[in-house]
Amino acid sequence: MTGILIGLIIAVSLIVLVQLLRVNELISQVKNEDPNLVNDEDNNTQGILAFSIMGVLFLASVLWQFKYWGIHILPPASSIHGATIDTLMRVTLALILFVFFITQPILAWFTLKYRGNSKRKAYYFVHNNKLELAWTIIPSLVLTPLIIYGLNVWNDITNTDTSNSKVIELYAKQFNWTARYSGDDNTLGKANFKLVEGLNELGVNMNDENAGDDIITREVHLVVGEPVLLKMRSQDVIHSAFLPHFRVQMNCVPGMITQFGFTPTQTTAEMKNQEGDDFEFVLLCNKICGAAHYNMKMKVIVESQDDYDAWIYSQKTLKNTLTVK
Amino acid sequence: MSEHHKETFITKYIFSLDHKMIAKQFLITGMFMGVVGMTLSLLFRLQLSNPGESFAVLEFFLGEKWAPGGVLDPNMYLALVTMHGTILVFWVLTAGLTGTFANFLIPLQIGARDMASGFMNMLSYWFFFAATVVLLSSLYVETGPASAGWTIYPPLSALPQAIPGSGLGQDLWLIAMTLFVVSSLLGGLNYIVTILNLRTKGMTMMRLPLTIWALLIVAILGVLSFPVLLSCSLLLIFDRSFGTSFYLSDIIIGGEALHNTGGSPILFEHLFWFLGHPEVYIILLPALGIVSEVISVNSRKPIFGYKAMVGALLVIALLSFVVWGHHMFLTGMDPFLGSVFTFTTLLIAIPSAVKVFNYLATLWRANIRFTPAMLFAIGFVSTFITGGLTGIILGDSALDINVHDTYFVTGHFHIVMGVSAIYGMMAGVYHWFPKMYGRMMNKKLGYFHFWVTFISAYGVFFPMHFLGLAGLPRRYYTNSAFPMFDELTNINEIITFFAIIGGLVQLLFIFNFFYSIFKGTKATENPWKSNTLEWTTPVERIHGNWPGEIPTVERWAYDYSKPDADDDFIPQTVPLKKGEIEH
Repeated sequence: MTGILIGLIIAVSLIVLVQLLRVNELISQVKNEDPNLVNDEDNNTQGILAFSIMGVLFLASVLWQFKYWGIHILPPASSIHGATIDTLMRVTLALILFVFFITQPILAWFTLKYRGNSKRKAYYFVHNNKLELAWTIIPSLVLTPLIIYGLNVWNDITNTDTSNSKVIELYAKQFNWTARYSGDDNTLGKANFKLVEGLNELGVNMNDENAGDDIITREVHLVVGEPVLLKMRSQDVIHSAFLPHFRVQMNCVPGMITQFGFTPTQTTAEMKNQEGDDFEFVLLCNKICGAAHYNMKMKVIVESQDDYDAWIYSQKTLKNTLTVK
Repeated sequence: MSEHHKETFITKYIFSLDHKMIAKQFLITGMFMGVVGMTLSLLFRLQLSNPGESFAVLEFFLGEKWAPGGVLDPNMYLALVTMHGTILVFWVLTAGLTGTFANFLIPLQIGARDMASGFMNMLSYWFFFAATVVLLSSLYVETGPASAGWTIYPPLSALPQAIPGSGLGQDLWLIAMTLFVVSSLLGGLNYIVTILNLRTKGMTMMRLPLTIWALLIVAILGVLSFPVLLSCSLLLIFDRSFGTSFYLSDIIIGGEALHNTGGSPILFEHLFWFLGHPEVYIILLPALGIVSEVISVNSRKPIFGYKAMVGALLVIALLSFVVWGHHMFLTGMDPFLGSVFTFTTLLIAIPSAVKVFNYLATLWRANIRFTPAMLFAIGFVSTFITGGLTGIILGDSALDINVHDTYFVTGHFHIVMGVSAIYGMMAGVYHWFPKMYGRMMNKKLGYFHFWVTFISAYGVFFPMHFLGLAGLPRRYYTNSAFPMFDELTNINEIITFFAIIGGLVQLLFIFNFFYSIFKGTKATENPWKSNTLEWTTPVERIHGNWPGEIPTVERWAYDYSKPDADDDFIPQTVPLKKGEIEH
């Protein structure tokens, strides 16, 4: 019944629309002009509309969004390199917004100022080498330091010395994460996907002398101020380890090991003080990986050395889990 | 060849060799696919703003299997996202945009009777049509359509065990894409040959309208990059069906260890983005060309800096081949390579800035005539600025670390590539409709269409930047699994609200389009007082375009408001007066 009603309403409104258009066109034909050509009156209305909507309304809404939605933007980075990314982001955003708030108003202003009039004639202005050179060179001059600055930040992030970092493996599969701590020797035991069986869910080669002290966990605990090197593997499809609060992201690709090194600077407790009690650091998946992609996560906790020690000693090493039984 | 020969219904409307009819076939197929693609996006927008709620409309479109009780299934969500992207990127903005305007404008604007090969042109459409049928049929298979995202990264797209959509649906996707590439190559080669060889007397390269320059460059980009997509798809077909390991290695899926070793999904990403990035410009450049033309005509001013505009197009096209790695900063690619791609990517800002400033300079001291086409062209400049600027963030590898694959990316590319290209396409349709159908589109509906579209497009895509900066990943079925995203619900509701409004108003455009074909007011030969050659053809469209001799070109396309001229436009066919300097 509702279907028929909706159909009827659509049909009636279509008929009304067609009739309105016909009437409109017939009136204009009496006046002997094509109603679909643009006249001065249209130019006037549309010019004013363009200025009000593209200029005033749009730019006001952008400011409104910054004011009311700016608070949702992630809190300042909780890692050393993340702070450099944040600074680069602020510089870039300032530049972008500067250009945005100059060019958009100019565009809107021109549409109003130069709205057509049959009595006027446009200014024949074909080209001007000086102007064109200026707006080729100025963007280049502005971009050059920005590019160099960005590349320096990138270099610092990707070429940090990780020899003293604690090595932790993140292992991704549909649809959960597992972490493997490298233990006292700070070296991960070798792994092979063919060895994945039963309790050995990461396929660690137990004949490797570095494997025995490895620890498998369901949470990532990090010590504040201590550099870590995350090594990523995937069991099935491409996943991506995304830790937004630390400004860390790296794909996990089956068949290869990827890595990302960073140093956390704030504990979970400090962040809870700052952001509210329900704050948690998270690791989420950021590469489409299947039905439950949206729910593939792991808790990340940053804490003091003492708290960390207490936690890690309560965990079982691989030697204990895999050989005792 | 020139005479108007007798045609049957089939040769005129179906297996037509006339470039104008083929253009309309591309346009209407593209519009149809546009409606399909947009509807898919509205369906998943409902889930994103109201996660887990029941909607009768979801059950109506998707059935009991994919929307049990009216709640969207997570697998179907990914399928909708994938098909929306595929349809919009390839079917609407590549074939629908280039297919329409390259076919329609190239012969008319360079002064040719038809394309170099009318038959290849017809084949191009019918390959496209076959691709469309195959792609749409994948919506109806038991395991659902392809669901691995429009970029179909393996292993997800290679393993039916990983996601149901990687079964038959993915096979059909790959077959459709293969047909699509064939269509695109047949078209592209034809466009290049036609532009280079069939220009009328006097039409030198530097007298070509910017539309033709853009279409020529797009065709070259397509011919160089689409074959790479074809090989990329073929290797994926091998991996899926014949047990090869190009992209697969060390995989356990569904509890079973696969035999594949030695392959790399990264190889796929390189091959895919070697097409994928030029593809972005294949979408954007025709829009840039159309907008240049529409802005110049309706500003009643020459396009400012014609040579710089051509140069900028060439530089953008050249750079587009050496930036593909910026989609892959976080794949584990060598960081040094990342630096190189950051550098080349940010260079694109320079020719883009030149284009924007040249548009502004064209509008300066203009006498703007606000046709609906002109409004869309101005809207394009606005979205091109907005979306282009956020590209500076994404192109910077260091900043990309935290916004990669978030809604920031979704907002960025929808504004700079999606909305901009759609605006370009709309500008083209409104502007050339009188030449396509001999009638005018309704102006008032056009105005209404533009303003509602403009407001809702920004209403949909601008807020997405904030979602992205809040860390929300794209392609999440719901963000309710993370308490940190709970506050974003109201933004998602606003986005869906504008998406529905923006979607509905496109129906008004389609109504205007078909109404005007049959009932629109009769157009004159040159309603916009434009200089280019297509406006010298008679209102009654004939095969061969000009009833008599092909016109000779005497000047460039942009003599608007030239001092000492009688009128504010001088068609390209009017010889230079004694002592008149060309420009």
